Amino acid sequence: MESILMKKPASNLYPGMSVRGKWSGRRYTIIRELGEGACGKVFLCKNDQGDTYALKVGTDSARMMLEVNMLKKFSKVQGVKLGPSFIDVDDWVTNKGTYPFYVMEYIKGESLPSFLKGKTKDWIGVCAIQLLTHLENLHKAGYVFGDLKTDNVLMCQSQLRWIDVGGVTAIGRAIKEYTEFYDRGYWGIGSRRAEPSYDLFAVTMIMMEMAYPHRFEKGAHPRKTLEAKAGSSVWLKPYRAFLLQCWQGKYQDATQMKLALSRIVMKRNKSKSNSSPSRVQSRDRKVRSEKAEMVTISAFVTAFLGLSIYSFWL
Amino acid sequence: MKPGRLKQILLLTDGCSNHGEDPIAVAALARNQGVTVNVIGVLDDQQKSQPQGLEEVESIAEAGGGVSQIVYQKSLSQTVQMVTRQAMTQTIQGVVNKELQQILGKGQSIEELPPEKRGEVVEVVDDLGETCDLEVLVLVDTSASMHHKLPTVKDALYDLSLSLNARSGENHFSVFCFPDAKHTIRKMIDWTPELGDMNRVFSKLSSGGYTPTGPALKEALYAFTERPIRGMQDGVDPYEETGF
Repeated sequence: MESILMKKPASNLYPGMSVRGKWSGRRYTIIRELGEGACGKVFLCKNDQGDTYALKVGTDSARMMLEVNMLKKFSKVQGVKLGPSFIDVDDWVTNKGTYPFYVMEYIKGESLPSFLKGKTKDWIGVCAIQLLTHLENLHKAGYVFGDLKTDNVLMCQSQLRWIDVGGVTAIGRAIKEYTEFYDRGYWGIGSRRAEPSYDLFAVTMIMMEMAYPHRFEKGAHPRKTLEAKAGSSVWLKPYRAFLLQCWQGKYQDATQMKLALSRIVMKRNKSKSNSSPSRVQSRDRKVRSEKAEMVTISAFVTAFLGLSIYSFWL
Repeated sequence: MKPGRLKQILLLTDGCSNHGEDPIAVAALARNQGVTVNVIGVLDDQQKSQPQGLEEVESIAEAGGGVSQIVYQKSLSQTVQMVTRQAMTQTIQGVVNKELQQILGKGQSIEELPPEKRGEVVEVVDDLGETCDLEVLVLVDTSASMHHKLPTVKDALYDLSLSLNARSGENHFSVFCFPDAKHTIRKMIDWTPELGDMNRVFSKLSSGGYTPTGPALKEALYAFTERPIRGMQDGVDPYEETGF
């Protein structure tokens, strides 16, 4: 959000400084800044025993507390780790004022764009399938993620993890936190009520963003813009029909959408590996290099098929 | 705790008032009448520096117990809904803090509770924000310099209605603009639960060279105080007493 006025003085924390809890007395030493969230800054820190964690300091005490409540509820749903584990919550008293803070598991990973760099377009499908698996669990528990976006996920050993659960909302309530690009209300494709389909739309936009890292404007006819963008990217070619179906409201829950997506990912691989022997029959040199390419692709496809089956059954 | 009814004036402007009474005083009066005043200063996307006189935006909101923000046109939609929500939470927190002081003694507020208790209280505040009824009177400065920003304003108001109507509580919106030669403010949209089609809303505009923000706010406040008469016809409002 671009605003010129700053409301409250933000806390200034530098590496080496320590934050001591007003209520528990526990101390955390700041190592470095990790990033800036909707209502505060996140730092890498360590406690006196030397364990590293992520620590978030903010100004809006009520909002921070709501996040903590969500974190406590959703670091684990039905045995599946969805967000970072909750560690501690307290207040930090300084001469400038009292700042609420909380401590959570430090998830070490790569951002989605940097993870995807140099990878094939199949990963778009794989990442989306992983996201949908997480969503299945969350929706079953009666909640939607809300502010689902690329910035809120990390890739950790090829597994996708959520790092900010601040937007998680009980189904049936109003979405309070959202980012326009991923918000179906902004694109004129639905309400801002917390329904599973709200998150499903955000998944399609994360897929779009993988093909358009710089995003795009909605223009005068938002839906047409989306359809045109889905149609004109080579990266999205396998997913084009699927994306259009999502925007038409064909999928109401994460399970249905995941099945459809898995079918695309599997089918593509199969047709590719079938077509390879017939094409290699030609004689000239050019084709020989193509042959080499096909071998690489088939090798990849086999590996990928294994991986997608693995993530599908996970 | 019963869900109450919150009343807000949302002022959208791009300059300093230069006519009539002090808008800061009127905002303080509104707050006293149980109406929160929020102000959004709208800048051109190309505008580099903050124009003079926009400090007033913050002062009006402060006096009116509300929230202010100065933004570029392109972030107007998200700001309008954020400011409205933030002000709702602020008002509810104010009421809850008052209750806490009655129970726990002076000096107690949500921020000062130990984390576990605070966690429970903020859930209550959040629930109230979801379920309370809300009345928003939007007051749009339509002086000449605002004209080209009005399409964005329309989008933002539609978006606001989209956000708030996802809540379980009821919403009522009305839209007024100023300046108006005859009545200081002009009603563009009467109280309605939804701001849907606004195509023709700002079609006929007079563009005076003055910005009577104070008098406009006062008229907007009257528009609110005149509303209970209609409310009485529908029967006595059971929520008015909760002090929101």
